[in-house]
Amino acid sequence: MTSPPVRPSEKPAGAPESAPTSVSASISASISASRLQRALASDFVYDFTRAPIAIIAGLVVLFLFLVAILAPLVAPTNPFDPASLNLMNGFTPPMQANMFTGESFVMGTDDQGRDLLSAIIYGLRVSLFVGVMSVLLAMGLGVSLGLIAGYVGGWLDNLIMRIADIQLTFPSILIAMLIFGVLRGIIPPDLRDEMAIFVLITAIGLSEWVPFARTVRATTLVEKEKEYVQAARLIGLGRHQIMWRHILPNVLGPVLVIATITLALAIIAEATLSFLGVGAPATEPSLGTLIRIGQDFLFSGEWWILTFPAITLLALALSVNLLGDWLKDTLNPRLK
Amino acid sequence: MKNLVIRLGIGAVALTLAAAATAASAETLRWARSGDSLTLDPHAQNEGPTHTLAHQIYEPLLHRDMAGQITPGLATGWKALADNPNVWRFTLRKGVKFHDGADFTADDAVYSFNRAMMPTSAMKELLTSVKEVRKVDDHTIDMETNGPNPLLINNLTNLFMMDAGWTEANGASAPQDVAAGETTFAAQNTNGTGAFMLESRVPDQKTVLKANPNYWGKGTFPLAVSEIIYTPIQSAATRVAALLSGEVDFIQDVPVQDLGRVGSQSGLKVVTAAQNRVIFFGMNSGKADLETDNVSGKNPFADVRVRRAMNIAINRDAIKKVVMRDQSSPTNVIMPPFVNGWTSELDAIPAHDVAAAKALMAEAGYGDGFSVTLNCPNDRYINDEAICQAAVGMLGQIGIKVNLDAKPKAQHFPMITNKTTEFYMLGWGVPTFDSHYIFNFLVHATTENRGSWNNTGYDNADVNAKVVALESETDLDRRNAIIGEIWAQVQEDQLYLPIHNQVLNWGMKDGINFDVQPEDQPHFKYLTMN
Repeated sequence: MTSPPVRPSEKPAGAPESAPTSVSASISASISASRLQRALASDFVYDFTRAPIAIIAGLVVLFLFLVAILAPLVAPTNPFDPASLNLMNGFTPPMQANMFTGESFVMGTDDQGRDLLSAIIYGLRVSLFVGVMSVLLAMGLGVSLGLIAGYVGGWLDNLIMRIADIQLTFPSILIAMLIFGVLRGIIPPDLRDEMAIFVLITAIGLSEWVPFARTVRATTLVEKEKEYVQAARLIGLGRHQIMWRHILPNVLGPVLVIATITLALAIIAEATLSFLGVGAPATEPSLGTLIRIGQDFLFSGEWWILTFPAITLLALALSVNLLGDWLKDTLNPRLK
Repeated sequence: MKNLVIRLGIGAVALTLAAAATAASAETLRWARSGDSLTLDPHAQNEGPTHTLAHQIYEPLLHRDMAGQITPGLATGWKALADNPNVWRFTLRKGVKFHDGADFTADDAVYSFNRAMMPTSAMKELLTSVKEVRKVDDHTIDMETNGPNPLLINNLTNLFMMDAGWTEANGASAPQDVAAGETTFAAQNTNGTGAFMLESRVPDQKTVLKANPNYWGKGTFPLAVSEIIYTPIQSAATRVAALLSGEVDFIQDVPVQDLGRVGSQSGLKVVTAAQNRVIFFGMNSGKADLETDNVSGKNPFADVRVRRAMNIAINRDAIKKVVMRDQSSPTNVIMPPFVNGWTSELDAIPAHDVAAAKALMAEAGYGDGFSVTLNCPNDRYINDEAICQAAVGMLGQIGIKVNLDAKPKAQHFPMITNKTTEFYMLGWGVPTFDSHYIFNFLVHATTENRGSWNNTGYDNADVNAKVVALESETDLDRRNAIIGEIWAQVQEDQLYLPIHNQVLNWGMKDGINFDVQPEDQPHFKYLTMN
């Protein structure tokens, strides 16, 4: 019988340090190295290495992020540059030679002769950028409002949380469409294309702040009764300092989980809006725009125009979601 | 005994089923196309789908049948008077009633023509040569022109007759001003003489028409359809799916990529014919400075070399092969082959030559290119948005950075008639089958009653005079010579960037017998079913 794996934190006292430490145990061993070591030896990493799904999901997300960030280096062509397109390459099937030009493409081309692989890589970039930025916006807004509502309380708490309740009664995609429509109406027509991405970020960000606010408020309500907050109050620290310096770091754990799950939601929301034709413009396609274009050619047998962007979107959203799920389980003390 | 009861029961069920099947399929026609009619006011928009719906409800004095031939409608006969060639006399059909029961008389005809000549009418260009419309007796009218106009009747095929009493009583004496965003009673209600009556309508969703029980044409037309349910479906895939699944019986625009799929499905067929409609781009060369470009102080379109460079930068063959899947005929003139004045020389497309185009751009001082916004409809022409996207790429190759703004036609067309767009896509069908129709709308400078769709800013006094002269030129050889001269000037000045003529593909159930009308105007009173 093999003994069960021992968690790092449960190591018996006096157990010898692992080999690499003793090898590099010189004066010059920097503090950062030992920090890294401590991080690597944490419960968090330990759990991660024992969760194959989380590892795979993590690798997929890491890969897609890297590809998106390095798009100009890894994409075969730049699909945003209309001048580089050759319409005659349109509808080339994957791995086959085009019947007019003889060129061939790994994932084929779309209706305008764009290399689909490049379009997906650049589309991924748009999708991830919109996703991450709108989560940051939602997080900033939700955490601030939740903290204020929870700590200050009173009518301000009521006001913020009732707005949140009202917003929760509508599906967030509807809210996003409403905000999108209003913003588009405000922006002058000649700036619409350039502003489309930022309008999307604002629309999705504003539609996803509620879960952050509710969680942070609930945690704040618990935290503010604890001794360290009372101690801080006793020594005369101001409201702002207590909220932002003392309570905030202690409520961020659940926020991280929500942020990850919201990222998946935001990516899907962006794809949905673009699929409906109100998101990213056709000349700067996101994954959702590519799927919308591909949908027109399903009946005629040009399956690749829809399939590859859809698989990419699926892989991205699923991986982020699985990662978020794992984070939730790991960071939740009640599940241990 | 028991057996008999069972047999009777089975028979009854079978009979009921058969009756239900015929009632459902033989009478109701579920019709879909990409866009909706823009208004029910028959004089407010000169636009194909709007006229198509109007033709079911309203009638002109004469119309083009499914083969494109001029056929009597509310007039039974017409002739130019022997003693005065400036006057056309129309004999009106007797015993015709409007849907509300009122009689159709000469007063209604005079009233309708006068309404169609008002400033807010979109049809006034068709009647520019008309001086006066007079009642002779209850069923005869005279139409007097400013000079002899031998081709006048060609202009009347989309001029619908309204009931004077109904229109006045409902405060709709002037056509709805669509560009100004006006709504009127006549834009939402109808009272025509046609084979179908409006039952209900939710714009852009669903329009239901019922057969007119008192229609004068009973016995003349098959009238096999008792109810029409018209649903605009913008998405190509959804439209085809609706036909494939049997949700609709007839779609007017089968997407070119799905022709094979629809044709090979048992129970469905595709009927094809060349359409009387040309697709092109227009650009405002008359403005001193464009708002959407990045060149300050001057208008790059004003230089004919830029316009010519754009013309040869467009690869029409590629658009035909890839975007249209061979369902189009590329052209270099904004005139379909059906039209008087068409020649194969005008039609022949120029060689696609990026190097020469770049040289022309450099010569004009735009070697580094410029940027501009292209306005494009996305629910009007076959693959309209895809053609615009292709043009964006092709113009990009000669340094013109085009920002594409694709919108539904209800927002796109007002930008052309209001002259707020500077670079736009437009398609033009020619119901008169004569060049004058094109010149009067698209080439003559914009004046009170001409050039309402000429958003190019083009104003050539010589051309304007020739366009007007065409209206009263009775010598057909001389007239054709003038038409040739105007076309030569239009081509010389590269007024527009022609792309191609459309090919029509109607998809329908096998049981429906319906020829493709070259103007894409199905008249459902002609439809028969097996």
